[in-house]
Amino acid sequence: MPTLITPISGWGRYPVQSCELERPERYADFKADAPSLIVRGQGRSYGDASLNENGRVLLSERVNRMLELDVEQGILRAEAGVTLAEILEVIVGKGWFLPVTPGTKFVSLGGCVAADVHGKNHHHEGSFGDHVLSLAMILADGSRMNCSATENAAVFWATVGGMGLTGIIGEVTLKLVPIQTSQMMVRHHAAINLEQLFKLLQAPTLDDRYSVAWIDSLATGRNLGRGVAMFGHHATTAELGNSKPNPHKPARSRNLPFDLPAFALNPLSIGAFNALYYHKEGGKQDPFLSGYDPYFYPLDAIGQWNRLYGKRGFVQYQCVIPEHGAHEGMAALLHELSASRRPSFLAVLKRFGAQGRGMLSFPTAGYTLALDLPIRDSGLFALLAKLDGIVLQHGGRVYLAKDARLSAESFRSMYPRYEEWLKIKSSIDPDNRFSSSLSRRLNMGRPA
Amino acid sequence: MNKPVLILGATSAIARGTAAAFAARGHALYLASRDLDELQRSAADLHIRYGVEVRYGLFDAEATATHAEFLEKVIAEMHGLEGVVLAFGYLGDQMAARDFKQGARVIAANFTGAVSILSECANYFEPQKRGFIIGISSVAGDRGRQSNYVYGAAKGGLSLFLQGLRNRLFASGVRVITIKPGFVDTAMTFGLPGLFLVASPQKIGEDIVNTLKKSADVVYLPGFWRFIMLIIKHVPEPIFKRMKL
Repeated sequence: MPTLITPISGWGRYPVQSCELERPERYADFKADAPSLIVRGQGRSYGDASLNENGRVLLSERVNRMLELDVEQGILRAEAGVTLAEILEVIVGKGWFLPVTPGTKFVSLGGCVAADVHGKNHHHEGSFGDHVLSLAMILADGSRMNCSATENAAVFWATVGGMGLTGIIGEVTLKLVPIQTSQMMVRHHAAINLEQLFKLLQAPTLDDRYSVAWIDSLATGRNLGRGVAMFGHHATTAELGNSKPNPHKPARSRNLPFDLPAFALNPLSIGAFNALYYHKEGGKQDPFLSGYDPYFYPLDAIGQWNRLYGKRGFVQYQCVIPEHGAHEGMAALLHELSASRRPSFLAVLKRFGAQGRGMLSFPTAGYTLALDLPIRDSGLFALLAKLDGIVLQHGGRVYLAKDARLSAESFRSMYPRYEEWLKIKSSIDPDNRFSSSLSRRLNMGRPA
Repeated sequence: MNKPVLILGATSAIARGTAAAFAARGHALYLASRDLDELQRSAADLHIRYGVEVRYGLFDAEATATHAEFLEKVIAEMHGLEGVVLAFGYLGDQMAARDFKQGARVIAANFTGAVSILSECANYFEPQKRGFIIGISSVAGDRGRQSNYVYGAAKGGLSLFLQGLRNRLFASGVRVITIKPGFVDTAMTFGLPGLFLVASPQKIGEDIVNTLKKSADVVYLPGFWRFIMLIIKHVPEPIFKRMKL
C-alpha cells in the first residue's frame, strides 16, 4: 500500500507531527502492517491521540460502510470509519438515535469506542461503550477477534476507552435508542454563581435525559461560575403537537476560511460575548423546540472552528472530579483560570453518572469541566500543570482524548486500572505495535 | 423507480462514488468485481443508506469466456438493465512497459476485458433501444508518455472502442459516454508526489451520473482537465519526446 509522509495534528492543531499515512479502501487491507501504528478516524481528538510521530497512521475514513441495520430492534453494525453524521442521516428518519453522542457528529464510530466518549446523558445512560454490543477487532498478529461484554470481555473493556492501543477496531455493533420525533424539547435556567449552577444540575425536578451547563469563565468573585444550565430530551409526538415538525435539514455549514489572529479572542471580546450569551440563553426558561443538530452539535455549523484560536492552536482541558469534592475542586479550577487572565471561550460543566467498565474510560461519578485554551505562550502549560494538581488532589482525572500535555506520572495516578489494562494489552500486542504519540508521552504500553 | 444499473469493478473508490450517486437517485444496483467480501460490504451499505435493491456477484474482466453468461445472470436477477458503468482498471507498475507478461495483464484488464463485456452489453441494449454505457477511460489514453504508456495505450484503445460503439448505438437511442478522470483522490493516487487539484471520488461519482442529463459524449472530470489535455495533446512531438512525463 502506498503511504504519504506529512505533518498532521489533532483538532486542537497542537502538536503538529510528521506521520506516515496509509489509507486502506478494502476491509482486508485494514490491518497492522507496520512496526508501530495507530488508527486515525476523523482526527477529532484534540491532542496527540491520533498521531504517531515518525510512525504509521492508518486512516479509517474509507473503511466506512454500514453493514446491518435492524430497524425493529435498533441495532446497527458498521465499519469503524463511518461517522456519526452518516449514521444519523440514516437512522433518525427510521425513528432511532445514537445512545450517546459527543459534541460533534463528525467523529468516527471507532473513535467513539476508543475514547469511550460521553454525552450530556452520562448521568442516565453512561458512556458510548455501555451501548456497544460487540466489536470485531483486527489484532497485531493479523488475527481477528470478536469481543463484547460476554465474549473476550477483558479485551472488550480494555478496548473501550483504550485509545486504539489494543488493536484495530474493525466493526462496531451498536444498540440505538428509539425516538418519536427528530426534535428536542429544551429548557434553560440561569445561575448567578457556581453554587447555584450545581444546585440546578442536581435538582431532581429539573433533571432531564440530557443536561449540561455553560459557564462564564471570566466571571469572578461572587459571580464565579455563573452560567446557564440546559436541560433537554427528545420531543414526543404529543409534545410536538400542532407545531410543524421542522423537516430535518442540517444547517448549512460555513467554513472558517482562515486562522483568526491570536488577539481576536481576548478577555474583552470573550467577556462581551459571555455577558450577551448569559442574558440571552439564560432567559429561555420556557421549554422550546430545537432541531437535534443545533442542540447536540452547535459548533458543527462552523466548519473548522478550531481556526478561531489562531495558528498556534489550542488545548482543550477536560477533567472530572468525583462527587464529594466536585464543588470545591471546580471552584478552585475556575479561580485559577480567572486569576490567570487566560479566558476560555468555551467552558462547559456536566454531571457524570457511575464509573463505566472500560479500564481506561474517563467518566467517573462526579462533575466534568471542559475548557478551550488558546496556546499563546508556554505559560499555559504551567497553568495546566497547576490544574492537574488540583484535579489530582480531588481524586479526579484528565480526558485523554482531549489531552496533549499530561505527564506520565499524573496519568498513572489518575488512571488506577492502568496496570490491569497493560496486562491485557500485552497479551494481545506483546511488541507494543499499537502505539501513538500519546501512548509514548504517557509511557503506556510497556512495563514502567 | 427501479432502472437497474450494473457497476463493473465496483470496489474502486470512483465506482463506489458512482454507485452511491445512482443509489441516491433511486436506481437498483448490481455490483460486480473479483472481491466478493468487499462487494457484500458495499452492497449492504448502499442498501442501508439509500433503501434501494443492491445485488452483487463475481466478475473477472480477464475471464472473457464468462462474460456472456455473467451478463445473462445479471439481467435475469435484476429483471432487465438500464445502464452499465465500466469502472474497472488495472494500472500495473512501471515494469509493465518492459515485461510483456505484466503488460499483457494491463491490456487484458483495461482493453480486452472491457471490449468483451461491453460488446455483450451493447448487444443487449441495441434491440432494447434504450440504455446507457458509461466507460471510465483515462487521460493517460490521450497521449503516450514514458511513465505509463502500456496502461495509456490500453485506455486509449478503450476510448476509441467507446467512440465506435457510440457511433453504432446512436441509431438505437443508447447513450455511450466516455469519462476521462484526471487526478482523483483514490488508492491509485494516494501519496503520489506532484498531484494538484485532486477531486474527491464522491464528487466525481456525482459528476459521472450527472453526465446522463447532458448531451456530452466525452467528459473530462473535473472539467478543467479538458484544457490541460488540450495543451498536452498539442505539444509538437519533436518537443514532447524530449519531455520527462
